[in-house]
Order: sequence, then structure tokens, then C-alpha cells
Amino acid sequence: MTGEQIIFLLTALFTLGSGVMVVTSRNLIHAALWLVSALFGVAVTYALLDAAFLAVVQVVVYIGAIAILFIFAVMLTRKDMRDQGPQMNTNWWFGALLSVLVFGGLFFLLQGWSGLSRTASPIPPGFDSISELGNALISPDAYVLPFEVASVLLVAALIGAVYVAFNPRSGDTRK
Amino acid sequence: MSFWNDPLKIAADWLMGIFTGWGMPEIAAQILIGFLGVFLLVALLMVLDIFLVWVERKVVARFQDRLGPNRVGPWGLIQPFADIIKLIIKEDTTPGGADKVVYNIAPMLSMMSVLILWAVVPLAPKIIGVDLNIGALYIIAAGAIGTLAIIMAGWSSNNKFALIGAFRQVAVMVSFEIPMLTMLLIPTIFAGSMGFNAIIEAQDIWYVFLAPLAAVIFLIAAIAELGRAPFDMAEGESEIVAGFNIEYSGMKFGMFYAGELLHAFTFGGFMGILFFGGYRFFGLEQVSAFLAVAVIVFKAFIGYWIIMWVKYTLMRIRIDHMLAFNWKFLTPLAFTLLMVTALMNALLAGTSPWIYTSGMFLSNVALGWIALEVARRYSRRERARVEGVVTTSRSTLVG
Amino acid sequence: MSPWIYIGLFFIVGLIIPVGAIGFAWFLGPRKSNPIKRTTYECGIETVGDSWVQFKAQYYIFALVFLVFDVETVFLFPWAVRLGQLGLFAVVEGIIFILILLAGLVYTWRKGMLEWA
Repeated sequence: MTGEQIIFLLTALFTLGSGVMVVTSRNLIHAALWLVSALFGVAVTYALLDAAFLAVVQVVVYIGAIAILFIFAVMLTRKDMRDQGPQMNTNWWFGALLSVLVFGGLFFLLQGWSGLSRTASPIPPGFDSISELGNALISPDAYVLPFEVASVLLVAALIGAVYVAFNPRSGDTRK
Repeated sequence: MSFWNDPLKIAADWLMGIFTGWGMPEIAAQILIGFLGVFLLVALLMVLDIFLVWVERKVVARFQDRLGPNRVGPWGLIQPFADIIKLIIKEDTTPGGADKVVYNIAPMLSMMSVLILWAVVPLAPKIIGVDLNIGALYIIAAGAIGTLAIIMAGWSSNNKFALIGAFRQVAVMVSFEIPMLTMLLIPTIFAGSMGFNAIIEAQDIWYVFLAPLAAVIFLIAAIAELGRAPFDMAEGESEIVAGFNIEYSGMKFGMFYAGELLHAFTFGGFMGILFFGGYRFFGLEQVSAFLAVAVIVFKAFIGYWIIMWVKYTLMRIRIDHMLAFNWKFLTPLAFTLLMVTALMNALLAGTSPWIYTSGMFLSNVALGWIALEVARRYSRRERARVEGVVTTSRSTLVG
Repeated sequence: MSPWIYIGLFFIVGLIIPVGAIGFAWFLGPRKSNPIKRTTYECGIETVGDSWVQFKAQYYIFALVFLVFDVETVFLFPWAVRLGQLGLFAVVEGIIFILILLAGLVYTWRKGMLEWA
């Protein structure tokens, strides 16, 4: 096993463990913080793949913005951070069965696949992924339309959020 | 290649010889050397940090017409060491209702978020931790971890002041991140790269002459990101006592405090890198790597001094005013400046450096003047509305 | 060797130093705690209620607006890197992108969501 694989396995364990903690911790803020560590694990995975831009964007957007948004949302909606209700519903056995089946199926399918033991081939020197990404985003024969549509999508998200937060009855923003 | 030009490589090669001589595999030796280098840099930063405590106290004293520390050692130079001894042997109390684990992690994360910034700071042409091609975004990512540390500290302390301080500070930090990101785009456009080394190498003309308005907006956003006065929502010592670090004492408080000072110094350095040519100073960086390091440290100190100057001159701005200032003035201005810069960059491409520079400079100044004029008109109208009288034209008053 | 190893080393050392400092202080400092010492510090007045209180909705709105602009600006970084080589067409694309988002900001502003009500 190479060093890269060892680091990957540790990162994967860390990410999955954090993910489990997100759904099992009773304190909502703790769950949000575990979510942050799971997202950070994903960023480390991107870094392992030499996807520098994605790794940093993962931290900037998910930890810097979405996690903060989650924490604000939790603080706004709940007076009590500690959830009292049961953590399982009556269908838990069905969910467990399904996940075991899916895991078994994937395990069976991927047994003969050689990709699991391969490491990512190194990026050739002089390959600037940011420039390539920039080219792809703005050259007319590539992704220029999705690039502009992304902007429209973001505005739609903003307008939606404003509409949800806007209280039409009282006519102001106070809730 | 001599020792004076590339000391790191010489030292690394020398250590590599020693370690492989001991029968260590090459990759392990490389990682060990990397670790030693990083550790050395961080240790030097911590020593600098101790010194910054003294600088800060001395400078604030001068601004407030006092003497500052002058008892312990010559010019009070030993004072920070006395402070550290006090921090170390002070009892560390944890409030009863605190969330212990989160409470203890927060100061460590806060310090870490500052130290990791130095991974991308170029100290000399060849002395740089990692020449990432996404350096500009990396500092925002590190800032995200710092934001998280503040919210963790504020929430886990189980103290109303701490939580209010943390919330205000985080709201301000995330808001001012937008103008900061936008202003990071402008050196990126000029240099055609996000890597700090490339940005410095491209600065034959300092970017502050190409984009003075961008430098000013970056400074404002950086001060807000640092949480220093006039944007010290987190501390607000006269209204919410000390904000998010109210419950911290001893070394944990020391981590927040040292982190804040080093953060300010680091952003002084980023000002120097992005707009004032980094380690370049009339070819001095070619003479010796050590001179290059001296140049960038000097520039960082100037940036730090400007941040201190602002801090001790202006009073705190109320949070609603701050957020309004950001979203209604700074963000639209930053995006307009970005569009103008991109347009000018395309229109002036291929012209001589003189025309390019003066075109950029003039467009920046014109935009800044227009923005101030709009703000002045608005504030005059607003004042007239509030006071119920039409004020006469006193053009000297701005907002 | 990947540059990310050095970034990882910076993270590790950046954690070791504060952990070491705090641990050292914990080791040397006195530890005589009592219930009075552990009370919440709120200017000497007895604390009223839990401090994990509910917050204004306005914080959430600002975080949301921030999120949208954050994602947008991140999109602009690859654009800015290639801008010098691609000429006027790319500039116009970027300007359209920014203008659409500024329209969103104007909408938010006009709806009064940027007020600290």
C-alpha cells in the first residue's frame, strides 16, 4: 500500500465517522460541527486527487458559507438545541436491511474491479487545471451557457429565499 | 546558485544527505525535512507574535499620548515575556455550563486558521511553503476555518455576551468576505494567475498604481475580516464586554489574542503581496533571499501599522450600519470595479505600459469619486429627511 | 511529491503549536476550581435563563445572501485567470454574469431584506 492510499483510507474513515456522528448526535450544533468535519474530509479527498480548486472551493463554500448558514438556521429555529425525540422511527429495520443489501450488492459487483487498488495517475507537469477550467467556462464551444445559467440559478435561489423570509401579511420582514 | 540566493534548497539538500546517510528512505526524509521547515517557520512566527504584542502596546500608547510598557527591560521589551509567563501559570477556568470539547477546540482552531495562511506566503523568490495556483482562494478558505472557530467559541461558552459577539462577528465576517473575494479577483486578472508568486512576479508596476480603489476596498474588507476596530463586533468591550472570548482565560485567551495580532500582521503581508509588490523592491530580491524576506516583513509591518492606525483612530460602527455599508455600498462598488477593470483590461490590452497604467489608475479614481459622490448625495438627502429641514450645501460632510 | 503534503504539514504543525501551548499552561497552572468560579461571567449579575437563545432572522438572511454571492465569486476565479488571453467576448460574458447577480442584490434590497429591522 502506498502512502497515498493510507492517507485516503484514514480520510475516508474520518469522513464516514463524522457522517455517522452527524445523524446520531442529539445536540443539533454538534451535528452541524460534525457535518463540518465530514465536509472537510471531502476537501482532503479532493486534495488527494490534486483537484486543488475543488478542494479549496469545498472549504470556502461548504464550511465557510453553508455550515455557517446551518448553524444560523439551527439557532433561529430551535430554542432548545438538544433533541428529545426518539432517533429511530418504526421503519429502521427496513432501512438497515436495504443498506446491507446495497452494500452487499456493491461489494459483489466491485470485487473484480481493478480500479480499487489503483492510485490516481499523476497530473502531467505544466498542466494548469485552473486555466483549463477557465477556458472551459468561457469558450463559446464549451460551457458558456451553463456558466450564465448558473448565475440565473443563483439569482432564483436568492429570490426564493427572500420570498420565503418575506412575510406578506405584516408587510415587513420581522418574524 | 549560492547559499544567499536559495538557502532553503541548500539546507534541504544538506539535511537530505544526513538523513539518507542514516539509512532513512528518501520519501520519509523529504517529509521529515518538510516538517522541520514548517516547524521552523511557525516557531519563528510565534516569536514574532510575542514581539507583536509589544509593538501593538507601544503603538497604541503613542496614538493615545502615553508611554506604553517601559518598565520591564529596555523600552519594555521584556514585557511580552512577562505576559506570557502570566498566561502560562494562570488558572484556566471553564464555565460550568460550557460545552467542554467545543470550548477547548475553538482557540486551537483560531490559532491554526492564522498559521496555515503562511503556507502560501512567498517570503522570497524561492522561499515559499507551497506555490499553490489557487493561493488567493486558499486565504479565504483559511478564513472560513477562523469564522468557524469564532462561532464555536461563542456558542460553547454558554454566555449571552459571547454568543451575541460571535453572531455579530460572523455576520460581519461573511458579509465582508464578498468584497474581499472580489478584490482578490483584480490582481488575479492583472497577473493571470491566483498564485501569489505569479502575482508578485507580474508586478513590474505595483498593483496599487493600477487599482488604488481595489487596494482600499481590500484593506477595509481585511479589517472587517480581522474583527478589529472599527469593525470589532466580536469584542465590543464597552457593550458586550469581550464578545466571543469573554469566558476564556489563561493560555486559551492567549491563543485568541496572539491569533488576532498575527492575523493582522499576516493581512498586512497580503496587502504587500497583492498591491505593493511583495518581496520585490527595485531588484533587491535578486541580491539575496534574506534581503527579500526583510523587504516583505517590512511591507507587512507597514500594512500592520496602517491597520493599527485605523483601529486606534476610528470608533466602532454599529452592526446595522456596517452591514448596510457592506451590502449597499461596498459590494456593488466592488462588483462595478471588477467589471470596469475587466473591460479596461480588454480595451487597453496591447497598449504601452504607460497608457495601460494611467488608464487603469484614472478609471479607478473616477469610479471612487463617483461612488463617494453618490454616497454624499444620498446621505445629504437622508439627513434632510431625518432632520426635516433642507440642509444647505455643505459638501465637506460625507455620510 | 504533491504540494498538498506541505499544506497538510502546515495544518498539523498549526495544531501542534496551540495544543502544546495550552497543554503546557494546563500542566503548569493551578487548578482549584469551585462553583463560584465556574459561573457565567456577565458583569457580576446573576445569569437569567439559558444563553442558548433564539436569534434574529436577519442573520439568516445575510448568511443566505452571502452564500449566493460566495458561490458566484468562486465561479469568477477561473474566468479571471484566463481573462487576459481571451479578449472582449469573455469580458462581456463575465459582465453579464455579474449583472444578473447584481439584479438579485437589487431585488433583495428593494424588498427590504437588507435592512436590520
